[in-house]
Amino acid sequence: MHLTIDVINDIINRQARDDGSLVAALEDIQARYRYLPPEALILVSERLGVPLSQTYSVATFYNAFSLKPKGKHCLNVCMGTACHVRGSPQVLDRLQTQLGIGAGSTTRDRLFTLETVNCLGACALGPIVVTDGEYSGQMTPQKADQLLKSITRAEAKHG
Amino acid sequence: MARINSAADLNTGRVEHTAAAIADLDRPCVTICGGTGCRVYGSEKVWNAFRDKITRQGAQATLDFDVKVTGCHGFCEKGPLVVIRPQGIFYARVKVEDVPEIVTQTIIGGKTVERLLYTDPRSGQKIEYEHEVPFYKHQQRLILDLNGDLDPSQIDEYIARGGYRSLAKVLTSMAPQEVIDEIKASGLRGRGGAGFPTGLKWKLCREQPGDVKYTICNADEGDPGAYMDRSIMEGNPHRVLEGMIIGAYAIGAHQGYVYIRNEYPLAVKHLRQAIAQAEEHGLLGKNILGSGLDFTVRIKLGSGAFVCGEETALMASIEGRIGEPRPRPPFPAQRGLWGKPTNINNVKSWASVPIIIDRGADWYARLGTEKSKGTMIFSVVGKINNTGLVEVPMGIPLRELIFDIGGGIPNGKAFKAAQIGGPSGGCIPAEHLDVPIDYESLTALGAIMGSGGMVIADEDTCMVDFARYFMAFTQEESCGKCVPCRLGTKAMLATLERICAGEGQPGDIEYLLEMGEHVKCSSLCGLGQTAPNPVLSTIRYFRDEYEAHIFDKTCPAKVCKGLITYSVVPENCTGCMVCLRNCAVNAITGAKQTVHTINPGLCTRCGMCKSVCKFDAIRVT
Repeated sequence: MHLTIDVINDIINRQARDDGSLVAALEDIQARYRYLPPEALILVSERLGVPLSQTYSVATFYNAFSLKPKGKHCLNVCMGTACHVRGSPQVLDRLQTQLGIGAGSTTRDRLFTLETVNCLGACALGPIVVTDGEYSGQMTPQKADQLLKSITRAEAKHG
Repeated sequence: MARINSAADLNTGRVEHTAAAIADLDRPCVTICGGTGCRVYGSEKVWNAFRDKITRQGAQATLDFDVKVTGCHGFCEKGPLVVIRPQGIFYARVKVEDVPEIVTQTIIGGKTVERLLYTDPRSGQKIEYEHEVPFYKHQQRLILDLNGDLDPSQIDEYIARGGYRSLAKVLTSMAPQEVIDEIKASGLRGRGGAGFPTGLKWKLCREQPGDVKYTICNADEGDPGAYMDRSIMEGNPHRVLEGMIIGAYAIGAHQGYVYIRNEYPLAVKHLRQAIAQAEEHGLLGKNILGSGLDFTVRIKLGSGAFVCGEETALMASIEGRIGEPRPRPPFPAQRGLWGKPTNINNVKSWASVPIIIDRGADWYARLGTEKSKGTMIFSVVGKINNTGLVEVPMGIPLRELIFDIGGGIPNGKAFKAAQIGGPSGGCIPAEHLDVPIDYESLTALGAIMGSGGMVIADEDTCMVDFARYFMAFTQEESCGKCVPCRLGTKAMLATLERICAGEGQPGDIEYLLEMGEHVKCSSLCGLGQTAPNPVLSTIRYFRDEYEAHIFDKTCPAKVCKGLITYSVVPENCTGCMVCLRNCAVNAITGAKQTVHTINPGLCTRCGMCKSVCKFDAIRVT
């Protein structure tokens, strides 16, 4: 996504009057770009008068922030306790093997980002994988394969 | 929307919209669960279908019937949940295709649709009404009582059901000290986990000098497998706000914060709506209900850090810094947010306050045990038939909760343990199933009440792996400020990983026990002080499983990859090639209609072959 100074300035202006606005500004930038571009961190620091080291410290402390750009499709495997006892580690393993990346990484073609989340609180349906916001419940390694296939097939068709 | 200018206006329903809501109280309606769980099942499509169908039918037959999307009903296992009111006819697992039949049969025809009723697995009987379903029947719902009844986006519905009545009572007839005395007398203890008496906490904050004080609602529900706080905020956000306003009056605060997880978008949305409506109604803001009380509430989104559930870390996060805890004292009541006296309570604690004020401390104190009063909400998940939210009076036996309400363990498996309190808690094994659920009894067994997470483990759950899971979680979430937590959890995790990989050595158990004690007694905050609990408690009750891993190099539950082998059962294998084709590492060889074999050297124990085999021909040993 193209980064524009105006967008980031807008976000900062919206948050500037708020106490504790650093976290809130970073949240908005993350929501907009799905990661925190380095230029944005510098801009935020300058505008809010916060040392860049502090901005970096906040950006790397909270799980919600990412310093790396995300892939086109985001796969998020719930690793909550209920999902764990129902077999989410096998689902994650399978996705890692098939995509050839570890959790928290993006495939080289930037098509997939594989992530884990601590709990989504939809425990009755565990193990859960969220694909671009869409929930799939009662996952197995087999269903994980099907999920990947359906996305790659759609990609091949529509690009 | 009209502002309510006095308590009298609120009580008499003199405000136009509220009066209309009161008049509508008994109007027949269909309520559809709109909680996060049911939405995942597709309940949104179901309510749209109802709206479509009823609007059309309504035009034809002047059908006077409401379609209402409510908060979480709690019985997540059977979603999407639909209840026809006022009768309370309960339909489970409702699909879009079922909607026309429900409308013609039940809503118009007055007959129940048998096939959509819940079947009690024990008796095999169909159950018609919601309150007769065992899952609900054995609960005592105080905080969750309106969740299935109320459209959380409508403040007037809450007011029509007696909402904000406690606030009116407090503002017109009680001095702040009397409110604190009432909460003290009720015996309410902090529902975030530690169980500190709420009334006493309020008193300490009130007695601090200074005009500026803060209250905070801790809605940073980070315990994996727990979602009760989210469901309260999704389903009845006004009750939380009402509790906070009463607390602010008692303590003398004018500014409140709700610190809520960013991962809970629906709860955030409902809370935002609720705050805006309360402001428009004069229930938040300046001169609340004409009493002179000023109080505003702001939302702060958490950014995914478990440690921020710890109160000092939470306050640091609100101040815009990284969520690192600091030593106490000074306690938040003395020096809290921006150095001012601050009172922090959990969502369930705040939501209990209006109930206590409304029904009286004496009434509330009669519920529960001598030292643990009122009700507690658990999210019961894992290897359990009825996954869902359960509200029970303190003191009921764990067995009743798991078997009568939870419906026992799926697939006829044996119960192994209930893990209570998540990464800070411990497990209760089968021999202690009759323990009463109260703060002291759970602590005596090495678990904690916690915030309400309860994960059920069955015979297929490896307790060493379970402990490793929690330790991996806390190690990852440790903020790194203090050494015992930062390095202690790492050392414990490394040992557990070794044991699970089949490389355990004699002395590992003793090392875990010793290191666990060190981390517990020397860590800075609650995260580190409780992080060893899952390990210590599994060693206490399941030492034999640890020993099997270390000495016999076996995983009795057949979970730990380093200790299991996948092989083909020749008698069952039909040579269908399905496992072979699905194996990602080509570890399976064989030809059509000949028995396959798995090469253990190549096998990564991913479990794929077992999950695709239709003939039960893959064995794990």
